[in-house]
Amino acid sequence: MTERLFEGADWDFRTLQRITDACEEVALKDLGLDVYPNQIEVITAEQMLDAYSSVGMPLFYKHWSFGKHFAFHEASYRKGLMGLAYEIVINSSPCISYLMEENTATMQTLVIAHAAFGHNHFFKNNYLFKQWTDADGILDYLDFAKNYVMQCEERYGRTEVERTLDAAHALMSHGIDRYPGKKKLDLRAEEKRAGRRRQHEEEVFNDLWRTVPAGKSKSRSTLSIERRRKLLGLPQENLLYFLEKSAPRLAPWQRELLRIVRHIAQYFYPQSQTKVMNEGTATYVHYRIMTQLHQQGRITDGNFLEFLGSHTNVVFQPEFDDPRFSGFNPYALGFAVMQDIERIVTSPEDEDREWFPDIAGKNDVMGVLRDVWANYRDESFIGQFLSPRLMRHFRMFHLHDDPEERAGIRVDAIHDERGFRRVRRELARQHDVGYIDANIEVVDVDLSGDRRLILHHHVIKGSQLNETDAKRVLQHLADLWTYDVALIEVDANDKVLREYVVSPRPIPAAVA
Amino acid sequence: MAIHIIDRRLNPGGKSLENRQRFLRRAKSLVQGAVKKTSQERDIKDVLEGGEVTIPLDGMHEPRFRREGGTRDMVLPGNKKFIEGDYLQRSGQGSAKDSGPGEGDSEDAFRFVLSRDEFVDLFLDDLELPDLAKRKIAQTESEGIQRAGYTTSGSPANISVSRTVKLALARRIALKRPRKEEIEELEAAIAACTDEDERVELVAQLDALKAKSKRIPFIDPLDIRYRRFEMVPKPVAQAVMFCLMDVSGSMSEHMKDLAKRFYMLLYVFLKRRYKHVEIVFIRHTDRAEEVDEQTFFYGPASGGTLVSSALQAMHEIVRERFNPSDWNIYAAQASDGDNSYSDGELTGLLLTDKILPVCQFFAYLEVGESGGSAFDLSDSSLWTLYERLRNSGAPLSMRKVSERSEIFPVFHDLFQRRETAQEKAAP
Repeated sequence: MTERLFEGADWDFRTLQRITDACEEVALKDLGLDVYPNQIEVITAEQMLDAYSSVGMPLFYKHWSFGKHFAFHEASYRKGLMGLAYEIVINSSPCISYLMEENTATMQTLVIAHAAFGHNHFFKNNYLFKQWTDADGILDYLDFAKNYVMQCEERYGRTEVERTLDAAHALMSHGIDRYPGKKKLDLRAEEKRAGRRRQHEEEVFNDLWRTVPAGKSKSRSTLSIERRRKLLGLPQENLLYFLEKSAPRLAPWQRELLRIVRHIAQYFYPQSQTKVMNEGTATYVHYRIMTQLHQQGRITDGNFLEFLGSHTNVVFQPEFDDPRFSGFNPYALGFAVMQDIERIVTSPEDEDREWFPDIAGKNDVMGVLRDVWANYRDESFIGQFLSPRLMRHFRMFHLHDDPEERAGIRVDAIHDERGFRRVRRELARQHDVGYIDANIEVVDVDLSGDRRLILHHHVIKGSQLNETDAKRVLQHLADLWTYDVALIEVDANDKVLREYVVSPRPIPAAVA
Repeated sequence: MAIHIIDRRLNPGGKSLENRQRFLRRAKSLVQGAVKKTSQERDIKDVLEGGEVTIPLDGMHEPRFRREGGTRDMVLPGNKKFIEGDYLQRSGQGSAKDSGPGEGDSEDAFRFVLSRDEFVDLFLDDLELPDLAKRKIAQTESEGIQRAGYTTSGSPANISVSRTVKLALARRIALKRPRKEEIEELEAAIAACTDEDERVELVAQLDALKAKSKRIPFIDPLDIRYRRFEMVPKPVAQAVMFCLMDVSGSMSEHMKDLAKRFYMLLYVFLKRRYKHVEIVFIRHTDRAEEVDEQTFFYGPASGGTLVSSALQAMHEIVRERFNPSDWNIYAAQASDGDNSYSDGELTGLLLTDKILPVCQFFAYLEVGESGGSAFDLSDSSLWTLYERLRNSGAPLSMRKVSERSEIFPVFHDLFQRRETAQEKAAP
């Protein structure tokens, strides 16, 4: 039992196997984690850069923007401006973790514990991931997407495909369903569906239909606004979905491309909502596993110190006036809250009993944590579990910056009895995607007139869109819609703050 | 639970290569501009090095809906002295903006590193070698087989007997395997022996020797060696580049520098087209000699000028070492245009009869002093001669250069794609 997993810094594939087995034992038995089967891949720095540029996925369709990111990362990596991550982990089944070849044996242990068990458990159990992602199908779907894009390029030309993808990428952040709809995404079926649709089209194709005279067109003006909006499913905040379903002049393959981009955006949606929790979970898990392995004598003191060194770097939180400060470090915050929960569950103080009556003194650390990991996202997690003690520890304070206020930026709340709840609420809100992304939705289409698409941006707290970017994105939107697009920025009282109108660019060649 | 550990390090790299190429293609005009600018700043020697370029981000921008302004709330760590209700001074406009998470990542310029090949590609874009179709050029490269030492495994046909026997011998000696003579000697001794005790001892000795020689085989599988062969690309696509230069007193350092830059560009260019490029340096005054690069550019020399001597030397070298059916021959001559009057006839004859028929390309570069206005007044004797030859149909390319900055455009002109080059041939 007390056999060492490795000595020194070197490792080979048998060592990795031993490490993984040891981690698995601790993870499954002691921590009671529930994970997807693991697949661990050892890669080089260059391959890591490759992975970076295609958002971490092992395969992806081809697009110039990934090349741009690759060039950028490569330049900064070569100059030494940027270190590479120790690992990348993919929410798929089997769960793929990439390990860098230059990690030491200790680092590999840390990374395996972190990614292959921590993240893996989170991916498999968190409700957002369950709701929005299909771990079994993602790799196949990406493969399908890649081939589909390639086929489109062959058939319709690279520039056409690129134009559509550029536009879709610009709208990617607004191609997400925020509320669970009718059914869970099944990417495998998705892939089959696209194939069947194509086949059907080919089977029923009959050129004669084109020549059949159309009946008298119904007067569109008779449609009431309510009816029209209902028919189009408005208001709709998923712009890509709306375009895919309702844009009048898109070719079927363009709709499919929009659908692909939309699905991929949806796949990443849970990750953006659970950064703190995801990293917190993984960090907490690797900390527990490493400590356990050390206690069992399977890791030497020296290796354990090396681990503590990297661990401390990972969970380092600079203060706001530190030049290194760039917001809250999700690792630090997540890990701190997880540890705090452990403390509250095992040895609560009076304050904790008052704030967390449900879990204080419950003594089943892993039970509570597993429940937290499964049922919360960053916003609700922070809103519920950030304790006064942690707020004091981080010495948090809340600033309110109103440009109208001449006196300066007001300190709205600090880590004291009066401020705890307000600080916590504010921090939780900072992690709410609903507040981070601009709230833009399609509200109407002028069907009887010039088919103008009308969007509203509901301005929160006076924060309007960046003008140049907004115009460019709207240009892309108009190109897909092929008629004018208007974006109106309205504040909470429906007062119009600003209006953009963009016309589509003429398309050089007709899109069939 | 089965855990798969996979070594991906040996997978072919460059998975992002295609994305990168797409990016470069999209940003081509921008990158090309950047490459031109960068290459102006550096030595031609370093042109091959690739390197960092900066392009304006504008054309490559990926827009997203971003919000800015308005009232902002933030929770920060590390409070030291603030209490509720304090007011902090805004320090200018910048600082308040910067501290917000996830905002303001707009950059004006995008810097990235081009590889050597990409750099040269862009640098030499739309240049084309003359007469590319001729003879055995790049694509027809064939693999040849070459001996490459010995190996412990291989096909029986490749056993190297001599090496195997040698190794076996060494091993037998090292392990002290009894030789045949020793055994025979002992057998003879036994036969001759009368004393029973001694005989028993000798027989025992003999048995021991025989056992030992059995244990240590004459040839062990360990000894066997095979001849090893390696596939090597055969340099069919090979070119030789002749650099001819007048080094007489009238050639100044500046002129030599111009010539050098031209040769280097030519070299870079040929290197891209052919696996194997040889360079022959021939310098001449009133007599020619083949020299190394150092001497060629920097060695002191003086004397009159006889261009024909260099052509003669080149002709001889071609005849001796570079069979025109195996080699693509390129020649670039640099001179200030002086040639002794009596030499004109011979030069013309050598060029048309001997040199030009075997050459893919012959470029003549007339170099002048910087700011050379006098240079334009009258054509030099060599220029007049070559021009006459060209007008009568000889495939010559010729240019005049007097400034460093003119080198590249000239090069560009000379190697422009064939169609346009022919149109320009008679200006």
